[in-house]
Amino acid sequence: MAFIPHTEPEVAAMLAAIGVSSIDELFDEIPPSLRVRSLDGIPAALNEMQIGRLMSARAQSDGRPLAFIGAGAYEHHIPAAVWALTTRGEFYSAYTPYQAEASQGTLQVIYEYQTMIASLTGMEVANASLYDGASALAEAALMAVRANRKSQSQRVLMPTSVHPHYRKVAITAAGNQAVSFEAVPFSPEEGRTPLTALAPFDGQDVTALVIQQPNFFGVLEDVDALTDWARARNILVIACVNPTSLAVLRPPGEWGAAGADIVVGEGQPLGVPLASGGPYFGFMTTRMAHVRQMPGRIVGRTVDLAGCDGFTLTLQAREQHIRRARATSNICTNQGLLVTAATIYMSLMGPAGLARVAAVSHARTSELVAALTRLPAVRMGFASPYFHESVLRLDRPVAPVLRALADRGILGGFDLAEHYPELGHALLVCATETKTSADIERYASAFADVMKAARAA
Amino acid sequence: MPALREKVIFEYSRPGRGARDQWPEDVAPASPLPEALRRKSPPLLPEVGELEAVRHFTRLSQQNFSIDTHFYPLGSCTMKYNPKACNQYAMLPEFLGRHPLAPESHGQGVLACLFELQEMLKEVTGMRGVSLSPMAGAHGEFAGVAMIRAYHRARGDLARNEIIVPQAAHGTNPATATMCGCSVREIPVAADGDIDIDALTAAVGANTAGIMLTNPSTLGIFERRIEEVARIVHAAGGLLYYDGANLNAILGKVRPGDMGFDVIHMNLHKTFSTPHGGGGPGAGAVGVSTRLAPFLPIPIVGRDADRYRWLAENDLPQSIGRLSAFMGNVGVLLRAYIYMRMLGRTGMSEVGEYATLNANYLLAQLKQAGFEAAYPKRRASHEFIITLKREARELGVTAMDFAKRLLDYGFHAPTTYFPLIVPECLLIEPTETESPQILDAFAAAMTAIAREAREAPEYLKSAPHNMPVRRLDDVRAAKQLDLTWKPTAQT
Repeated sequence: MAFIPHTEPEVAAMLAAIGVSSIDELFDEIPPSLRVRSLDGIPAALNEMQIGRLMSARAQSDGRPLAFIGAGAYEHHIPAAVWALTTRGEFYSAYTPYQAEASQGTLQVIYEYQTMIASLTGMEVANASLYDGASALAEAALMAVRANRKSQSQRVLMPTSVHPHYRKVAITAAGNQAVSFEAVPFSPEEGRTPLTALAPFDGQDVTALVIQQPNFFGVLEDVDALTDWARARNILVIACVNPTSLAVLRPPGEWGAAGADIVVGEGQPLGVPLASGGPYFGFMTTRMAHVRQMPGRIVGRTVDLAGCDGFTLTLQAREQHIRRARATSNICTNQGLLVTAATIYMSLMGPAGLARVAAVSHARTSELVAALTRLPAVRMGFASPYFHESVLRLDRPVAPVLRALADRGILGGFDLAEHYPELGHALLVCATETKTSADIERYASAFADVMKAARAA
Repeated sequence: MPALREKVIFEYSRPGRGARDQWPEDVAPASPLPEALRRKSPPLLPEVGELEAVRHFTRLSQQNFSIDTHFYPLGSCTMKYNPKACNQYAMLPEFLGRHPLAPESHGQGVLACLFELQEMLKEVTGMRGVSLSPMAGAHGEFAGVAMIRAYHRARGDLARNEIIVPQAAHGTNPATATMCGCSVREIPVAADGDIDIDALTAAVGANTAGIMLTNPSTLGIFERRIEEVARIVHAAGGLLYYDGANLNAILGKVRPGDMGFDVIHMNLHKTFSTPHGGGGPGAGAVGVSTRLAPFLPIPIVGRDADRYRWLAENDLPQSIGRLSAFMGNVGVLLRAYIYMRMLGRTGMSEVGEYATLNANYLLAQLKQAGFEAAYPKRRASHEFIITLKREARELGVTAMDFAKRLLDYGFHAPTTYFPLIVPECLLIEPTETESPQILDAFAAAMTAIAREAREAPEYLKSAPHNMPVRRLDDVRAAKQLDLTWKPTAQT
């Protein structure tokens, strides 16, 4: 099945019009020694019925466990309208809106998105999105190097309470351009970054400080103190935030006395399914003063020949197709389809609905933490306020416990042993509004059984 | 196209309204969030009912051209049909609901698909290793050049920091080289459209990290001296990078690995028909020869006996590292997998054949109608360039005027003004999924526009006339920045 509509007589007529005798002749500029002889490694074609059976069987084998994992990707209710609209062919099968007059739908959606995400983060302007939260953080570090003209060092302070994968992606993406990331430790009691951890950098040339809120442990950082510390030293503040939380938590634009400079984060919680990790989208917002340093597509409103409003890609002089080697980034893609889903999701939720999602997620996580810490072998990881994730400490290694829970159809959280061995037997758990009291009870009861069996063994 | 413009969604907003049926039931928290960290004023999100939102976004969708609604011959972008089955079976609830950090025991189905996708991509490109983690073409380019750099560094060959690109290269190529900490050296293209071999020979040396090429090139023709190019670059100690933007042209006919390339990125959203989604998501899988395999970005899917598992830092200690928070755009990868399984062995080469047939046929029709091909003596690959420099000189109309007028005729415009070395150009890529009747209709529209250009050039210069908006003022958009809607600015 190659979805080719041509009939044999049509092919013959086309070849005649071109003036060749066969399709093969059209490849006569390719050296014969290079021509493919066989593709034995590609299986024979499947028709739609056959591929449907294969994919359904594979999907079923992955199952639908009850999951309490967060760690950067969050299960939320997605209204049916979101993807029913997003997968309309007019959105789904359109290209980047280069021809603005034939792409007003996509362009207006992005303009509405930019408005929503800028306001949600408390900033003035947004781009049309980046690949995901981690790559957006890496791009923010590169942007900070361009934007902070008072700093020559290309040093970015990166607390170890930031998502460990985000820290790795930042090094992959920005390391080749001589940006260095310097670790800032967290308080082992509180699970957040204390001001004292920044003291060693006092008086030094530093380009930017990253603050994740809530941080990887779900803990709420003292964002005001951290922001004020940085801004007083001409250090740019890069905020990395969960968008759901911003319906109830103070946005980065209002942190400290002066607010953050660049805000990024993972957009997945806004109507995008978990889908094994992607496609998601990274959001990025900033102050108007830095807009020309921002990477990625940006949509603006303008007027047409008749003076009527319309939308178009703008500030393209920053981009690779114009500026080539001197572009702000090599990026061409935004995650347009995911931004469409997020815009529809935010429109359905509105300010009150999104605040409800955030508040209920917080409440369910509190309920889960309470249920699990009632067990004798479980205690709280940190004595700090959290949003919708929390660290628990067990009296034994986490991995076997999670395996036993998975056998019962429950994904019990994320084991911190690999990334934070210093925390001992630590488990990161999450509950959102999708979890009921009965779900939490089922988890707690299975957890108790597993721990009892482990003690008996 | 609906003539009426659609309001900005905030203009429908009414305080207190909302799609309340979608909100979760309220639950009181055991411990409230700290007062000092709470948001004081709500964000500017719309307050609309569900039906209002559905109508608004449906109407907006109707203001787009798309493959499902229009012929979209955008050169270098491979706007082919996105089969509906790919979407439906990638969106099965188990696939959508799977958490990225769920254990491998609850992911053997999706991992099997990804593993087989890696294997099929190796086979069809002639490469020895594949990583699926890059999330777009430019992301794959980044990974590819980063691997080239890591390879030279691992050998202690620290001076190799220069990337050679032909003048006609995609803008991403030089931009990527910069992002990888390399400098860029451009070399000219010969009059016949192939690389200027003398210039290449003069350019390579002890600083050469590699060369980035597209083949067929961005000029829509096959680089005939590719084996010689490979010999020259390899002899100088450099590596060859294949930009997969034009892979559709040669799918099943020639393999980049056999041409001598060391690393390639594939735009799965072009060649393997995953949807472009109004600008993303894409997927930019990378393939490598044996010597670059240790540097592939992680994670990769591996197989031990009959179990699939993620390979990460411990398995590939020399990897250039992680490119995404999790493992790239899995949903896009599943769509590409489904498409490739439906194509199968024979469908794979039919893609290259019919994409080439359609391009050469449309080129013949346009030549017949009096248009000037940029490289008239060469075969078209899957795309070709028409230059309107004569029309511009004689009639004062530009490629952009033609592009805008084509919209009125119900065709998306070809790529305009790329590659930069051909004046007033249209880069036209019909793809294999279009019927000859569509190609004839497009040629007829071009012919009609050429007549208008002679008889009523002003009408062309003010096109489009039948779209939701007239030609937009891009200069004003960049000078008077209006990037977010503001309640106070409205009347």
